Amino acid sequence: MKHFAALIQSLEISNKTNDKIDAIVEYLKIAPDDDKLWLIALFTGRRPKRPVKSTLIREWALELSGLPEWLFLECYSNVGDLGETISLVLPPPKHHTEKTISQWMRELLELGTKTDEEKKTYVLEAWNGLDYSQRFIFNKLIGGGFRIGVSYKLLVNALSKFSGIDESKMMHSIMGKWDPLETEFAELIGGSHVNADNSKPYPFCLAYPIDKPVEELGNPEDWQAEWKWDGIRGQIIKRNDEFFVWSRGEELVTEQFPELELLAPHLPDGTVIDGEILAVKDGQVLNFNQLQKRLNRKTISKKLLEETPAGFYAYDLLEHEGSDIREKIFAERRQLLEKIIEKIPFGYVLLSPVVSFDRWEQLAVIRGEARDVNSEGIMLKARNSLYHSGRKKGDWWKWKINPLSIDAVLIYGQKGSGRRSAFYTDYTFAIKSGDQLVTIAKAYSGLTDKEIREVDKFIKANSLEKFGPVRTVKPELVFEIGFEGIAESNRHKSGVALRFPRILRWRKDKKADEINTIDDLKEMLAKYG
Amino acid sequence: MQFTNKGIYCPQGNFYIDPWQPVDYAVITHAHGDHARWGSKHYLAHDISRPIMQARLGADISIETLPYGESKMINGVTLSLHPAGHILGSAQVRLEYNGFVSVASGDYKVEDDQLSSPLEIVKCHEFVTESTFGLPIYNWLSQQQILDNMKNWIGGNQRNQRTSIFIAYSLGKAQRLMKGLEGVAPLLVHSSIDRLNKAIESTGLQLPETGLWYADMPKAEVQGNIVILPPSLLGTNVIKKIPNGAIAICSGWMQVRGSRRWQSADAGFAVSDHADWQGLLSTIKATGAEQVFVTHGYTATFSKYLNEIGISAREVVTQYGNDEEAENTDSEAKEEGTV
Repeated sequence: MKHFAALIQSLEISNKTNDKIDAIVEYLKIAPDDDKLWLIALFTGRRPKRPVKSTLIREWALELSGLPEWLFLECYSNVGDLGETISLVLPPPKHHTEKTISQWMRELLELGTKTDEEKKTYVLEAWNGLDYSQRFIFNKLIGGGFRIGVSYKLLVNALSKFSGIDESKMMHSIMGKWDPLETEFAELIGGSHVNADNSKPYPFCLAYPIDKPVEELGNPEDWQAEWKWDGIRGQIIKRNDEFFVWSRGEELVTEQFPELELLAPHLPDGTVIDGEILAVKDGQVLNFNQLQKRLNRKTISKKLLEETPAGFYAYDLLEHEGSDIREKIFAERRQLLEKIIEKIPFGYVLLSPVVSFDRWEQLAVIRGEARDVNSEGIMLKARNSLYHSGRKKGDWWKWKINPLSIDAVLIYGQKGSGRRSAFYTDYTFAIKSGDQLVTIAKAYSGLTDKEIREVDKFIKANSLEKFGPVRTVKPELVFEIGFEGIAESNRHKSGVALRFPRILRWRKDKKADEINTIDDLKEMLAKYG
Repeated sequence: MQFTNKGIYCPQGNFYIDPWQPVDYAVITHAHGDHARWGSKHYLAHDISRPIMQARLGADISIETLPYGESKMINGVTLSLHPAGHILGSAQVRLEYNGFVSVASGDYKVEDDQLSSPLEIVKCHEFVTESTFGLPIYNWLSQQQILDNMKNWIGGNQRNQRTSIFIAYSLGKAQRLMKGLEGVAPLLVHSSIDRLNKAIESTGLQLPETGLWYADMPKAEVQGNIVILPPSLLGTNVIKKIPNGAIAICSGWMQVRGSRRWQSADAGFAVSDHADWQGLLSTIKATGAEQVFVTHGYTATFSKYLNEIGISAREVVTQYGNDEEAENTDSEAKEEGTV
């Protein structure tokens, strides 16, 4: 684990993509194959179920450190990460344990079935044999995620650099269902298990936000426009009479959407369709808040199925009659897709409709109506484009509508986690309700590092109260908060919930009494909710 | 001792310790900017602090000095200075009056850094302690381990034709790194560090040999070497222009990943001239003090914990800790000007 801990440290501290890639490549050069597999698994979220509850871990750490609980919590709020806090407050190691990552993972997998007493013995023994940085890794292996700024793309680049295998191929190879315990590294990255697995998805082709005036895309005839749907990107797969639905998060969601399974008999074998999972009722796409009710449920009640039925809007065809057709041009793929969808008798599985237009100005007007159909804007796809792996500039563009926005005042600050734990970076904002303030949203992103420092200073100097890690701040700083949607909510005091709230800008020109009111929000709710 | 809005005051002796406003008679624990401030009529400090304070506060200040352990009587109060182990010349101020002993420790660390005189435990009735790193998450590796890690990092940089840039406070940390990394590679230092080195050497102390680094230094003279720069340069173009530079920040705050990741650096070494959690506790216990006053740092948390373990403690508001290793790293930039 020594090398792995060193890798994590260099990945964490560097903010240069090339340095990160090089660090991973260096690790791959020296790591045993089993550890390489675990690296891919852990960095792509293929984490086994946690073998020990975090409350127990915390209890044992308190016991071993001998600290009072309040002091432990004080440390936690300064560090911002439980696993790291534990690794720092425990007494220095008594001996030295060196195991490979795969050995730790195998042991942790077995640990799940043991009694709490056995688990405790194991965890304490591990802590006593590891230094701070390795303890931290161990705690992360047990539970939390490795959020260390390694994107999927970066990992693929590193694997590709290490092995010499093309990036698109690599991206495809490491997708889908595979278990580090039952896979060989060479087979995985070489893609030879791709054909063996009926459920294997393709890497999604992703679009960049358009970064120039739309007219510069040239002749409108070369482009197909569609609505940009706000649901879950998904892939429907039928091979050898087996049916699968994947989400873009590489999660198999087949059982979560029984409506889609009804498709199975109507699809020919060897078909893979790219599209969007949406909540669709009476031919209308519902907003994302509705779809959210369907996510991550163990059982789906009949009532829920009736109230928020799921649908699928097809974008593209990736596999046809068992062949990968991603190298055909989009216009051809779309034709083949149309033939397949035509035969499906359900109104909730449709082709994502084409938005026809002759001139760019015309499309701009249509885009302005996107919210009326619960869409986020317009997608533009070059008719002669191939289906790329991942994000590639030039062929697909998203042209989103501007976010809705309000002005709100900062009322609470909390220290961030991870990289942001040194500063107050997590903010809660309020709007006016009569002469009161009512919280409306939490937001974490949107400010520059310099602005964060400035706000941090303000929070430290203007705290009214302190509850644990949260500081109540004099309501003075006004920010423009952008969001994608608005819905009714009985969990929020204000009665509304905002989707994707973020800070658009700091309104230094505005005073706290110039912020929006709850009535403004209710108006927005009536219009867009 | 009394805690006033000008600083720590000794009424019997009529002098202040590390005052933050100008006073007639200021006893200085060490020459960092938040403890040795401008404007007092007369200063008393350790021998080594004299040239440093003259370099920072002006050559014309009125200053007398004492070696460690020697007493001086001021209005019936017996005053002596004792090593605090924080930086060169740092001292704890021991005051005795009618058999009652008070110690103001300024800043201190426990481990011998092989450069400043190591901390001496001074038995006392009341003890003023800092708490810069007064949380149990701050426990340092030994200096040897840290130096080994640094040497590994430098070795890796040299293999990749990179220059190792260390960001360290110009007074204290910089000299400590020079000493610890002597002989690993040629050492280059920023002018602000060089100026302090010269002041320190004027007392007869020998520091490792260094070259003077300057902006736009030719590649051949920098690459593969060690460059020590003050924090004010972090994030500036001057530092970005150093060919193939790899940047390491050297500060106790680097103990926590969040702080490491916040800075745009290539490495972070948790090396501090302040006592860590265990160091604070062991020192306070060893003094045998009946009353502890907690200044700058995690004052509330640390005094609450001391009271819980049976040591009577209370927090004291001071203006220390906003220079040097404290959160606000801008202050050194102001003090030293830019490049």
